[in-house]
Amino acid sequence: MTDKLNLASLTIESARSAVVGRKTSAAALAEAFYAKIESDDPRIGAYLVLSKERALARAAEVDRLAEKGDGLPPLAGVPVGIKDVLVTKGVRTTAGSKILGNYVPPYDCTAVARLEAAGAVVLGKLNCDEFAMGSSNENSAWKPVHNPRDLSRVPGGSSGGSAAAVAADMAVATLGSDTGGSIRQPAAFCGVVGLKPTYGRVSRYGLIAFASSLDHIGPLTKTVKDAAIMLRTIAGRDPMDSTSAGLPVPDYVAELEKPVKGLRVGVAKEYFGEGLEPETRAAIEAAIQKLAKLGCEIVEVSLPHTKYAIPAYYLVATAEASSNLARFDGVRYGHRAQGVRSLSDMYRRSRDEGFGPEVKRRIMLGTYALSAGYYDAYYLKAQRVRTLLTRDFEEAFRKVDVIVGPTSPTPAFKLGEKVDDPLAMYLADIYTVTANLAGIPGISIPAGQSKEKLPIGMQVFGKHFDESTILRVANAYEKAARN
Amino acid sequence: MKVTEKDVAYVADLANLELSEDERARMVRDLNSILGYVDTLNELDTTDVPPMAQVSDRYGLDESKRGTERFAYASREDVHEGLRKSFPHEIALANAPDSDGTFFKVPKVIER
Repeated sequence: MTDKLNLASLTIESARSAVVGRKTSAAALAEAFYAKIESDDPRIGAYLVLSKERALARAAEVDRLAEKGDGLPPLAGVPVGIKDVLVTKGVRTTAGSKILGNYVPPYDCTAVARLEAAGAVVLGKLNCDEFAMGSSNENSAWKPVHNPRDLSRVPGGSSGGSAAAVAADMAVATLGSDTGGSIRQPAAFCGVVGLKPTYGRVSRYGLIAFASSLDHIGPLTKTVKDAAIMLRTIAGRDPMDSTSAGLPVPDYVAELEKPVKGLRVGVAKEYFGEGLEPETRAAIEAAIQKLAKLGCEIVEVSLPHTKYAIPAYYLVATAEASSNLARFDGVRYGHRAQGVRSLSDMYRRSRDEGFGPEVKRRIMLGTYALSAGYYDAYYLKAQRVRTLLTRDFEEAFRKVDVIVGPTSPTPAFKLGEKVDDPLAMYLADIYTVTANLAGIPGISIPAGQSKEKLPIGMQVFGKHFDESTILRVANAYEKAARN
Repeated sequence: MKVTEKDVAYVADLANLELSEDERARMVRDLNSILGYVDTLNELDTTDVPPMAQVSDRYGLDESKRGTERFAYASREDVHEGLRKSFPHEIALANAPDSDGTFFKVPKVIER
């Protein structure tokens, strides 16, 4: 009976209603996705582990509820994929790293537990850059991910598997993590929706930490409405994460359809400067025109410190990473080197063998920035610049409700193109890192494509804890673009 | 060149990394390239700008309170097994590369 279901057209709502209306079963739906993964993923490389047993057990529970005709939860039977930096009880979780090659977590990440409690079926774990460090997914210790829109190109990173799985219809929705753009940039490259919520909106309990003051969990979906449904499900205070905010969670879905007429939409000239590819610029400018036609008031704003965001980000992020990754020492879990001479030899060799080149590079940079004699010049300086970048947004948001711009300066680049130049790779995040430093929410939505048919992403930033408004603007644009 | 091979060896030591000779040479090159770019931060006078270590002390909480007061909601009684039960030994040790069932085992710490 699942033959009639077109996986490509499935959204959270249509998947759920197919299960609720008994057009299919949650189990048959999961099997259909596994068949799709089996046939298509060898070319793409989005999945690292399939959690079939867990998925089918969950699906069977949903089907039992559906049979009884009881009220079904909002994600009943919806097949989802989870980035491999989010721990899953009993399902191998590697963070894309050899150092966690055999790690089977004893507990579930809160965001994953909340999705499952809402009826979602977890299909498996998705490929990513090692410890979420990268912008192309080429830093995965296991395999690269190919962009489903053009297999010679990267899917973006670090949540490359999460974006590719949605774009290739190998999951209805996925979870990713975003420390400097790792949800939004791959969403843009693969032509899907990617939402980074406000810092504190979603619990990070069970997220393998990269940079704790910048890490966020968020959804990647086909539609803005699905992103709203996912956020509503995972958001809210969690006693297991003291940084999760004790604020009420609005009904993002109900607020989606409020009119956008009269909203003030900021456009920052710093996001349209040197380095922005002309085709991307043209697509974003056309999208802004569309918002104007919908009755939004377009207002020029300035974010004067934008060009300092990447250097500040790479100091703060690597400093925090060097501290977070100190826990990987081969003692309690993870890889341990064999034939070691002493405890310190064991630490060094286990880390040397377990971490890949980009992770080592960032640990080194972060350790350097924190070391005696350099702390003030690098780490503290970057934290002060972080204040300036945040003030830029505070200033701008006095005049506007949202700010729009490109998600990435270019569409997806070729595999191998930037692999040998870390700095060029870092610059792929130039428009996304600012939201992490300031902690504001941002969403990337498809906004046209290049001549080579590569997707272009538009980003919408909002005020702290005002995901409702960016979702509303994104939804209005999505509808207008479809017509 | 800001970062020398000696610096790389010193920082690798701090970070509990060993790095092969090739990796060290590459690291000298990469760190210098990145730090050269990072130096653009010195164009900014930040003398009177306070450092920002995290986001949540600025936003989203009770705006009338300051400092740790704003995180009052996050505190709880310090009780044994307050949020969840501790893992039993067999679960806590399940991922350990080496254990004796009660403890994690590591190579000798004190050498003679």
